Amino acid sequence: MNMNIVEMTATQLSAAIRAGETTATEATEAVLAQIEKEDKKYNCYVTVDRDGALAQAAVVQKKIEDGELSGPLAGVPVAVKDNICTEGLLTTCSSKILHNFVPTYTAEAVKNLQKAGAVILGKTNMDEFAMGSTTETSAYGPTKNPRNPEHVPGGSSGGSAAAVAACECIYAIGSDTGGSIRQPASYCGVVGMKPTYGTVSRYGLIAYGSSLDQIGPLTKDVTDCAAVLTALASHDTKDSTSVSRDDTDFMTALTEDVEGMRIGIPNDYLGEGLDDGVRTAVLQAAAVLEDKGAVVERFDLSLVEYAIPAYYTIAAAEASSNLERFDGIKYGYRTEEYAGLHNMYKKSRSEGFGEEVKRRIMLGSFVLSSGYYDAYYLKALKVKALIKKAFDKAFSKYDLILGPVAPTTAPKLGESLGDPIQMYLGDIYTIAVNLAGLPGISVPCGEDSGGLPIGLQLIGDCFQEKKLIRAAYTYEQREKKF
Amino acid sequence: MSKQYETVIGLEVHVELATKTKIFCGCSTAFGAAPNTQTCPVCTGMPGSLPVLNRQVLEYAIAVGLATNCDITRYAKFDRKNYFYPDNPQNYQISQLYLPICRNGGVEIETQQGGKKIVGIHEIHMEEDAGKLIHDEWEDCSLVDYNRSGVPLIEIVSEPDMRSAGEVIAYLEKLRQVIQYLGASDCKLQEGSMRADVNLSVREAGAETFGTRTEMKNLNSFKAITRAIEAETERQIDLIEAGESVVQETRRWDDAKGESYAMRSKEDAQDYRYFPDPDLTPISVSEKMLEEIRARQPEFRTEKMARYREEFEIPDYDIEIITGEKPLADLFEAAVALGAQPKKVSNWIMGETLRLMKEREVDASDLCFSPENLAKLIALTDSKQINSSVAKEVFEVMFAENVDPEQYVEEKGLKIAGDEGALRKTIEEVIAANPQSVEDYRNGKEKAIGFLVGQTMKAMKGKADPGAVNKMLRELL
Amino acid sequence: MSNMINDETIEYVGILAKLELSVEEKEQAKADMGRMLDYIDKLGELDTADVEPMSHVFQVENVFREDVVTNGDERERLLINAPQEKDGMFVVPRTFE
Repeated sequence: MNMNIVEMTATQLSAAIRAGETTATEATEAVLAQIEKEDKKYNCYVTVDRDGALAQAAVVQKKIEDGELSGPLAGVPVAVKDNICTEGLLTTCSSKILHNFVPTYTAEAVKNLQKAGAVILGKTNMDEFAMGSTTETSAYGPTKNPRNPEHVPGGSSGGSAAAVAACECIYAIGSDTGGSIRQPASYCGVVGMKPTYGTVSRYGLIAYGSSLDQIGPLTKDVTDCAAVLTALASHDTKDSTSVSRDDTDFMTALTEDVEGMRIGIPNDYLGEGLDDGVRTAVLQAAAVLEDKGAVVERFDLSLVEYAIPAYYTIAAAEASSNLERFDGIKYGYRTEEYAGLHNMYKKSRSEGFGEEVKRRIMLGSFVLSSGYYDAYYLKALKVKALIKKAFDKAFSKYDLILGPVAPTTAPKLGESLGDPIQMYLGDIYTIAVNLAGLPGISVPCGEDSGGLPIGLQLIGDCFQEKKLIRAAYTYEQREKKF
Repeated sequence: MSKQYETVIGLEVHVELATKTKIFCGCSTAFGAAPNTQTCPVCTGMPGSLPVLNRQVLEYAIAVGLATNCDITRYAKFDRKNYFYPDNPQNYQISQLYLPICRNGGVEIETQQGGKKIVGIHEIHMEEDAGKLIHDEWEDCSLVDYNRSGVPLIEIVSEPDMRSAGEVIAYLEKLRQVIQYLGASDCKLQEGSMRADVNLSVREAGAETFGTRTEMKNLNSFKAITRAIEAETERQIDLIEAGESVVQETRRWDDAKGESYAMRSKEDAQDYRYFPDPDLTPISVSEKMLEEIRARQPEFRTEKMARYREEFEIPDYDIEIITGEKPLADLFEAAVALGAQPKKVSNWIMGETLRLMKEREVDASDLCFSPENLAKLIALTDSKQINSSVAKEVFEVMFAENVDPEQYVEEKGLKIAGDEGALRKTIEEVIAANPQSVEDYRNGKEKAIGFLVGQTMKAMKGKADPGAVNKMLRELL
Repeated sequence: MSNMINDETIEYVGILAKLELSVEEKEQAKADMGRMLDYIDKLGELDTADVEPMSHVFQVENVFREDVVTNGDERERLLINAPQEKDGMFVVPRTFE
């Protein structure tokens, strides 16, 4: 057969399967072969479920043939970030403390994909407990950027982004707490989206910062992104923060039309620290949209520099509490030798967690401790309210906000972890989106002089994913029209 | 002791709510299941699981708040209380600190001096219970069972308004009564569905400020509470008299030894790092929700007492006792509704029921016999099918096993013999066997007939109506 | 660095967080936390006197479940991941004195 399955998008592959040109099993075998061939180089996966994937593929193929499944994800192999629970399949959060944890239930988001006919290939590498921006804090070794293996893939969903870029899956899902989908998508040259908070159920997502976490797609193009988000989105009664929406057929937004769309570019997103190459590419992308009929303006968003300290306070506080359950009693790692209960807790946790995780747990415990709660945690929640207000004001004038995803392209391996604050500063354009619960998308918009991908970020008001998709899709079509 | 001291007491009362399921998941709360068989990812702290609030918990909490004159918080939240302990699977407990559901209430109690007094309620909050730790003697380790983890509790925090063990017991009985009337809990101290921690300090009589307080835990009965209060008061006074100071700490009461000891650990920082739980949404109590709960509030004791006085001809004393425990009032009303005469039902409750409850240490909420069976028993005596001593005997069996008295009397052949022939034959035998008494009777000694009736009853094994025996005896003599 | 974190604080936070740090890790943690707090102190530049703290972005309220038993006996599944198990329960170091 004259087609390269692994390079296909989900939409293309599912159409080929429906047309009988290939099968879910053949597609799964092709992707498994690609993993076999490439993953030693990139280390995208923590766990590959070869037998499980083939078994699922056979079942799905039968359903497709019986006409029970016909959507754009039917029979398509997917990679799942390793902080999303999958029944019977190792789920480690790339941490030693969960080195042997096998969930007894499947996350709602994954169930939704399974309903749409997805074939789960395995679990992708990530920064430990999603804390990091490079996938270097994984207990299972760093993932490498398929566009240049000397560079990081970004993080924390680096394994998912790299797996899409290396064609080791057709698409992937990740989680985004402060940019963890959008930034690796940008570094690896794929599409990544963080939906509005509450759109995708968090049930089964191992929490980092519960008020900020959202699951979302990493795909080869905007069409797949819309298809995957359509499948992922649901109102889940098991997640109290899940929102009931009736506008979740995102495929309807795949139209090439930005006529009259008001797009604002925050001056604050183009200032100091931004690479020239990135700035140029992002402004060129803005020009493309303007050319297509959008009204593009610069404006002052304000408060941008306060997002990072507010974010790290809130995320660390929530994380310190969320990660208390890892104590060596019910699951996961327990230290070999200990003297009494508290010593067992301390040794299991100190040996089981990596450096960055411990750093954030310590910070989070401190900002919540007696005497500091008001000064740090409550203050951060107030600043969050101000940031939300600044976005509300911006969205009263603009349909979308446009800017870079990250100040630079992917750094080299080993360059980032030495200075945590420097690393946190890299999240400056993505983090406020999580604080305000907004949807954001990262779309490839060129390369730097070294050939590393650059990402364009579009940010929408709450529940305005369709505007994001429409603009991103319009931009993506540019080459086909020129 | 030269100085006069005053004891100042506040209570933290935990009440397990009578819901079918846990506070944040659909696991059963039923008692007595095998370890860990009533658990799920949520109540065992599995990674990725999330809590969703049981509506009934909120409604019970609001109902208790309304019944104890609290302000209901219109915008309430849940917070996480962070501390590591194996019975707490997430290592944080979901509770309420910043915006508890009820505040500023109070209940009236009667003091020992016969006066009335209001004990203020500072707040009532909702929270989840912990699992159970069992010590394994063989392996020198502990075992964790999460069946109780996530069972809903309300914690009722009083103001430091009580001054004696008597007031504490009166307050607890008042709370228990109100909560039982609401059906929100069975409030059993022994079984732990009601638990009281005592905050106690002493000060010189007349002093304006409070002394340093301690918190006493592990109090499983009213008796233990009384003993602990007395012991702790004495301990604190002794310290003060000796020029030492009371340390603010949590103490555990050992009822067997009659003393308490400090629960302290250097690994126990007592810094719970409370913050709003991001996994749960805020609670907004609407006027409509409040109205609905208000409309469903049951008839409380005072109203019930007034109605009883009006409807039933029973003594005030009976009314007070019967309405004092909701299960007794329910039993009374149900039996009366089945047609039993109120005074007779009341007599059975005030007499045999209370006697056996005391003798066998049975709580009113654990009474097993049905009002139907009590009504049947009364009907059996009314129609003179059994006499009163047989009725008592049957009642004891009913009290223990809820037998159907009609069936039981039938099976055991306890009915008064309706067969006149058998009775006549027995009496003739009694007359023949007791010539002296017969002689005395005939000589006008009225008392002798009593002895002959007794002899006949004995021969009939009690299954005769003494009135009928008397009548036939006179005929035959 | 304006936030100097001392040994006692690191020790105390270690007790709260149940983490045991080596001597080097403690030094590193002191420096890291001090720097982070200096950075977070930036929030103090903003006047938030009249701002309500925002823990939830949306006004999603009153999410309840009904009081109906939906779960059965899952003990076997529960214990699959237990590091140590006995008689259907999790084994932990002795908790009673």
